[in-house]
Amino acid sequence: MDFTTFVKPSNGGASSENENETTKKLEFWKHVEYIENHGKQEDDYEYCMTEFLRMSGIYWGVTALDIMGQLDRLDRKSIIEFVKRCQCPNSGGFSPCEGHDPHMLYTLSAVQILCTYDALDEIDCEAVVRYVVGLQQPDGSFFGDKWGEVDTRFSFCAVATLTLLQRLEGSIDVEKAVKFVMSCCNQTDGGFGSKPGAESHAGLIYCCVGLLSLTQRLHLLDVDKLGWWLCERQLPTGGLNGRPEKLPDVCYSWWVLSSLTIMGRLHWISSEKLQQFILSCQDLETGGFSDRTGNMPDIFHTLFGIGGLSLLGHSNLKLINPTLCMPQYIIDRLGIKPQRLTLA
Amino acid sequence: MGDSSDEENLGTDWLPYSERDDWADVTPLPQDDGPNPVVSIAYSPKFREVFDYMRAIIAKGEKSQRALDLTTEALNLNPANYTVWQYRRDILRELDADLQDELDYLDEVIRQNAKNYQVWHHRRVIVQMMNCAQWELELTQNALDNDGNAKNYHAWQHRQWAIRTFNLYDDELEFVNRLISEDQRNNSAWNQRFFVLKHLGFTPQVIERELLYTMNHIRVIKNNESAWNYLVGVLRQSPRGQLNSSPEVVQFSEGLYSAGNRSPYLLAFLIDLYQEQALQRREAIDNNQLAQKVYTLCEDMATKHDVIRRKYWSYVAEHLKTQLSKPSSTE
Repeated sequence: MDFTTFVKPSNGGASSENENETTKKLEFWKHVEYIENHGKQEDDYEYCMTEFLRMSGIYWGVTALDIMGQLDRLDRKSIIEFVKRCQCPNSGGFSPCEGHDPHMLYTLSAVQILCTYDALDEIDCEAVVRYVVGLQQPDGSFFGDKWGEVDTRFSFCAVATLTLLQRLEGSIDVEKAVKFVMSCCNQTDGGFGSKPGAESHAGLIYCCVGLLSLTQRLHLLDVDKLGWWLCERQLPTGGLNGRPEKLPDVCYSWWVLSSLTIMGRLHWISSEKLQQFILSCQDLETGGFSDRTGNMPDIFHTLFGIGGLSLLGHSNLKLINPTLCMPQYIIDRLGIKPQRLTLA
Repeated sequence: MGDSSDEENLGTDWLPYSERDDWADVTPLPQDDGPNPVVSIAYSPKFREVFDYMRAIIAKGEKSQRALDLTTEALNLNPANYTVWQYRRDILRELDADLQDELDYLDEVIRQNAKNYQVWHHRRVIVQMMNCAQWELELTQNALDNDGNAKNYHAWQHRQWAIRTFNLYDDELEFVNRLISEDQRNNSAWNQRFFVLKHLGFTPQVIERELLYTMNHIRVIKNNESAWNYLVGVLRQSPRGQLNSSPEVVQFSEGLYSAGNRSPYLLAFLIDLYQEQALQRREAIDNNQLAQKVYTLCEDMATKHDVIRRKYWSYVAEHLKTQLSKPSSTE
């Protein structure tokens, strides 16, 4: 099983008819090709090493292609079949790949993929709800799977999954979930970590801000303080880092950017410089984005590169929803309205 | 991601499981890639075989010494496979294995895979099973001391968990002191400092000592985001929780400014300080002066010292103007 399995045989080579002035800098068709070819040749080793996150890999590829308006290059049916095979008949959760154990991370990815394909009716959604509900702990936090690791990432995954399934109401204890996330807010910088007392980290801030957005609780944030810390993440190169004194990275750029967007503070950083940084992380030969300029591309950073450009309003890309990291038209189709702040 | 030792493992001394007498009873279970046409992946022969046998062992639920050894081999090939880690724990429980050996094994695995979620999680479960965290401070210290890894999030998480669960706060400040003296910009270490003192209690004496400690560090490196954030965090712990709670800090920061320092963090601190006062003391005679200071500093930030975030600074100035124009009772 690899990504080429999902590529429809009818796909032709890269077309250049849509190419105009504005796409010159974004190597649009190379990225499309890169995602189509994901796992085909030279990255075989990496592909089998990343089996344990295959479901998320598909979500990253599907979402990036959809944002680029190229979703029809993949075969909807075989992807849905793959996702269905990964639902655990006992727990209801999804594994990343057949033969692996179900986990909250891949459960969200699976539900995101199915929402994109408008195919939630293909699975047992109630079983997914039961799985997620069963992982909430008395303090409101969530286990990632039945083995008991707690992390604010899992809180976000739980709430996002239930939101996409339209089952946030009346399933988990939302109040406690919010309370736990707020207990991870640091008094020094207004950011959030993985657990109470853990260092603020842009990826985890995205999870916590995202959870507050989905539960309509953004008023709990000290928006100006957190917003300041987040925009401090922008470095002279234009890229954003995830913590002070760390290197800039395309994925952190997404997490900071989406958090700022949710909080209505996107304009506090320099969009032009960030766009330049993201574009500098494209692999001009193979397509795809890397974490930073000159490194090897991967599918994970490719989604976050494309997603970041979409948030920045790059042309020829569909709008992405900052909270759920999915195309906005799908979120609209589902009738979901994650909270967003506007600058007072 | 490539593991160079993998190449060596492919050498002649490795005997495939299919040729081992003591594995003759097991039928390997290949990966089922589903009914769709598949471009076959060039797994190394060893990788393929180990995981084919691993799947077979998991499928028949065998929990034995040879199964344990097989997980060791599988995890050596791919330490991120959390299903294999889970099965390994099941075997350890079933065999009632010596968990001290497991800790020793993990010391080495963590040394080589210090940024892998699964290895740390496994470590935590083993420590819980043993109910003994005797080695956890040393382990995480080694991981953090490893060149370039002083901010390893996994190691810090594990350390905080061990400290909190087994009440190991006693010598932690000493450790943090050392890390900060080695790298004053180590945000993880400053965070740990706050974590420890929050537990021990921010008494007036502790607050005073911490403010002094932080100011001393800022004197050495003025443009240190972590130290300035920590300073604010400590000030917020004081009974009034105000940025002007400590006259020493006010004097210190204004002194830096007078001496010509224009670090964006210093200016940001002064802006917050004056803004807070301006909003709280609406009727004071110097209120207008305070507001004026904020506007001037914001202007300087936007045009000179922090141009990339100029929109943020113009927001701060505008926000204060709006707030001050509202009737004070709404605050």
